[in-house]
Amino acid sequence: MTAELGHYALILALIMALVQSVLPLIGAHRRDHTLMALAGPAVIGQFVFVSMAFACLMYAYVVSDFSVMNVAANSHSDKPLLYKFTAVWGNHEGSMVLWVWILAVYGLAVTAFGGNLPPVLKSRALAIQGLIGLGFLLFSLGTSNPFMRLDPAPINGNDLNPLLQDPGLAFHPPLLYFGYVGLSMPFAFAIAALIEGRVDPAWARWVRPWTLLAWISLTAGITLGSWWAYYELGWGGFWFWDPVENASFMPWLMATALLHSAIVAEKRDALKSWTVLLAILAFSLSLLGTFLVRSGVLTSVHSFASDPARGAYILGFLILVVGGSLALYAWRAPALKAGGTFKPISRESALLLNNLLLVVGCGTVFVAELYPIVLDAIDGSKVSVGPPFFEKAFAPLMAPLLLVAAAGPMLAWKRADLPGVLQRLSLAFAALVAVIALSYALHGGPIGAAIGLGIAAWLFTGAAVDFFDRIKLFRAPLSETLVRFAGLPRSALGTTLAHMGIAVLVVGAVAGTAWRSETIAVMKPGDHAELAGYTVTLTTIGESKGPNYTAQIAEMRLERDGELRGLMYPEKRFYPVQGTQTTEAAIRTTWFADFYIALGDPDEASGGVGVRLYHNPFVPWIWIGALMLVVGGGLSLSDRRLRVGAPSRRRASAAQPAQAASAGGGP
Amino acid sequence: MKRKHKRLLFVAAGMAALGIAAGLIISAFDENLVFFFSPTELQARETRPDQRIRIGGLVEEGSVSKEADGVTVRFRVTDLTASLQVVYKDLLPDLFREGQGVVAEGKLRADGVFEATEVLAKHDENYMPREVADALRKSGQWKGQAGDAKADAPNVTETAK
Amino acid sequence: MSEQPEPIVAQELARPIARRRLWFALPILVFVGIAAALVFGLGRQGDEHARDLPSALIDKPLPAFTLPPVEGYEVGLSDADIKAAGVSILNVFASWCGPCQVEHPIWMAYAKQSDAVPLFGLNSKDQPENAANWLKKLGDPYKLIGADRDGRVSIDFGVYGVPETFVIDATGRIVLKHIGVMTRKDLDQTILPLIARLKG
Repeated sequence: MTAELGHYALILALIMALVQSVLPLIGAHRRDHTLMALAGPAVIGQFVFVSMAFACLMYAYVVSDFSVMNVAANSHSDKPLLYKFTAVWGNHEGSMVLWVWILAVYGLAVTAFGGNLPPVLKSRALAIQGLIGLGFLLFSLGTSNPFMRLDPAPINGNDLNPLLQDPGLAFHPPLLYFGYVGLSMPFAFAIAALIEGRVDPAWARWVRPWTLLAWISLTAGITLGSWWAYYELGWGGFWFWDPVENASFMPWLMATALLHSAIVAEKRDALKSWTVLLAILAFSLSLLGTFLVRSGVLTSVHSFASDPARGAYILGFLILVVGGSLALYAWRAPALKAGGTFKPISRESALLLNNLLLVVGCGTVFVAELYPIVLDAIDGSKVSVGPPFFEKAFAPLMAPLLLVAAAGPMLAWKRADLPGVLQRLSLAFAALVAVIALSYALHGGPIGAAIGLGIAAWLFTGAAVDFFDRIKLFRAPLSETLVRFAGLPRSALGTTLAHMGIAVLVVGAVAGTAWRSETIAVMKPGDHAELAGYTVTLTTIGESKGPNYTAQIAEMRLERDGELRGLMYPEKRFYPVQGTQTTEAAIRTTWFADFYIALGDPDEASGGVGVRLYHNPFVPWIWIGALMLVVGGGLSLSDRRLRVGAPSRRRASAAQPAQAASAGGGP
Repeated sequence: MKRKHKRLLFVAAGMAALGIAAGLIISAFDENLVFFFSPTELQARETRPDQRIRIGGLVEEGSVSKEADGVTVRFRVTDLTASLQVVYKDLLPDLFREGQGVVAEGKLRADGVFEATEVLAKHDENYMPREVADALRKSGQWKGQAGDAKADAPNVTETAK
Repeated sequence: MSEQPEPIVAQELARPIARRRLWFALPILVFVGIAAALVFGLGRQGDEHARDLPSALIDKPLPAFTLPPVEGYEVGLSDADIKAAGVSILNVFASWCGPCQVEHPIWMAYAKQSDAVPLFGLNSKDQPENAANWLKKLGDPYKLIGADRDGRVSIDFGVYGVPETFVIDATGRIVLKHIGVMTRKDLDQTILPLIARLKG
């Protein structure tokens, strides 16, 4: 019964989405408040019904109801309870329900927090969200019904792909989706503003926090995925420039650009049509991410649902949404009133440069992502674009971005004092030169890595100097510093932390890529291997049994200069239901490096086991940096002035210029 | 500076960024695009000695052997028309199995042996790398479904005319 | 905002709107190009599908094989068994495959028909006890079943996903391959008429 109830609830949600999308649009056009007001109840109805469907599916998983095909294909009664939950979205059909559910949550948020929004704008935005929901519900019901029954029910299920049975990956998709779908908020408001033909600072103030929220979840989701790949795939790498990774990275880059351009739209009432375009592009890339992963167009480690028929639907939907909104943009954006011009040396110019570099960088990834598909379509050649491409084409674009990021927060709006800013950056410049020289002297290249570290040092120092200047550390009595610190807007604090986080992350990524060392050995108990000054000894190999797998576990002694640094237990797991193996790497982390051991297959000839050892310098900094980004974003989001729903048009126009000059900041 | 000039400055900056990006992309593509070949295609084609390429097909049954160092693996990759000897000095991935699809990246040595630096076996019962499926189809030996067929793929009936 | 009205605004509005429009239309133009490439790419995949016909295995004799029985059974399956049976059907199945369950009742019903040609089973990449349980619970419509534990014979048959179904003629040639779930409609409109023709 539960499955039928869920199916029924999805159909009702579809009807609600239809109501939510059509009637308020008509109402907004005719200025009919009764029709416009229908959006609210429709949103609540959609939320209730999608939640019901989601709960039904979850229930089917938790009680292992194998008469539901989706459960039989992706679950197993022996599976730990946590993975029964997470298996709900670990497959194509379930993840679509999650997508729609998150969309419904956002819709609910608009009705809950949007009390002071102009009713026309609000009802149009909700209608746009309703349209998106309609498209996905049709897709779900038409091509990927999660409630399909199996009769007779199988005795047991096929189990979730063991690679996906992992806490890191369990929460990677929900966070990523929360970010993807979150970008539907700025999108819906951008479309509503285009229809209305008006973008003002109040619009930007409303869009900014939602973009920030989506950006935080995207950041967290991507990091979690990267972390999972790092410890689970056993290759010691954290980012493979895999097409699926790129698919989530592109919306992130675009959302980052949007975040910064919305500041200009809010504080200076400029870059408005550009901000609208970024909002459209960011959500389009989210849809493209969904499309690329879900269709058979790309092949990748992650693609667990591949089916051209579904791809065709999403492609059609994508063309409708993106093509439609860009056509609307071409038609309506010229009518948006243009804002003032910029002085070349000003904060808004720095933010514009940031946007330019992020968008061009995103374009680079986009070209690399689609080129193989297009080439295949033209002459059937199969090509792939690997990490060396991105090191050569993407990294050089990010270098100036990071250089500007240090200067940007120091520049004043409208007209900045360049000599003064350059003077404040002198310490950062010293750090840049010192770090390049030092790392080149210590490691002797590659020179690109040394430059990357230098730029990270520049950004970190620049952000720190700006922060210390703001609170007048050591320049004023400590009491004044404390008062200033307490008075600092959280958004400024968030900016500083996020910029520092990027610097820390870059150090981890650059050093972890350039200076990692690895060795491969076949070891028997008692054997030693050497790497990066460490000695690893295999002491024992044993068997163990988990709830739904058997494992081979090795015990390794990690020593340096004859001193024990730790015992490590790499595992190789075998999941009998799907007949697959997974590698559980053992990682010993210090603040400055990871020592990483992955177990390979047993070697029959020698009776030993294959072992792969990695020394990954600075890789922990990637996770620390990402955490700083997320916390920085959170701090900004908690800023009183940015609080969701806080803005009103009157306050926005009265309070801005004074604050902007002194505090500024933002994400 | 006139306003018009300022606007021009921004447009010029934008164009410059785009131009630099295009230049970077083209030069990086030139050196770093990795082409995929099936063993049959590789027989008919010259590759530069230092060119990184990908090959793919099925791991030939009974062809996998380990050398005395316990790490170097030799196996043959076949598209059922031609086959290619591969050496790989690393641990094989979890999903590597005889008779199953595999993609390897590396260089073709002058002696005709493919020296792999990376072996990807990313498939399970329902899923095989698309390149491999296409390569098998091209060699005329395997008439699977295009793309990644899933067990619950839509019905297709093939019949003799 | 308390800015002085900048002359640029007026100037901008005065600029020919057509020229401005061109800039704003740029995104959609780029998008149309990309979308065309994507549609073409996806369409090509569909075409390849169509170009698959006829299969290399179609009209070819059965590959030679000998397989052990599934757990709990006495006899396995070999190509000789199928050839000896004349016109027949070979169904590839596995207990781990959801869609196989969907089509299973169709085979159960088919096997009961009096005019049915022999139905053989190829149990692909299955755990022995799972296959045995599956057959015990759902019923066994097959005349003989071969256990293809490592999937090697499935590869010889060009089996790509499960389920798949082959129709074999009296001379031991494969005449039809059906990928995916066998529906009542497929069976009645394609398979059975073909078998009638082959027998007849």
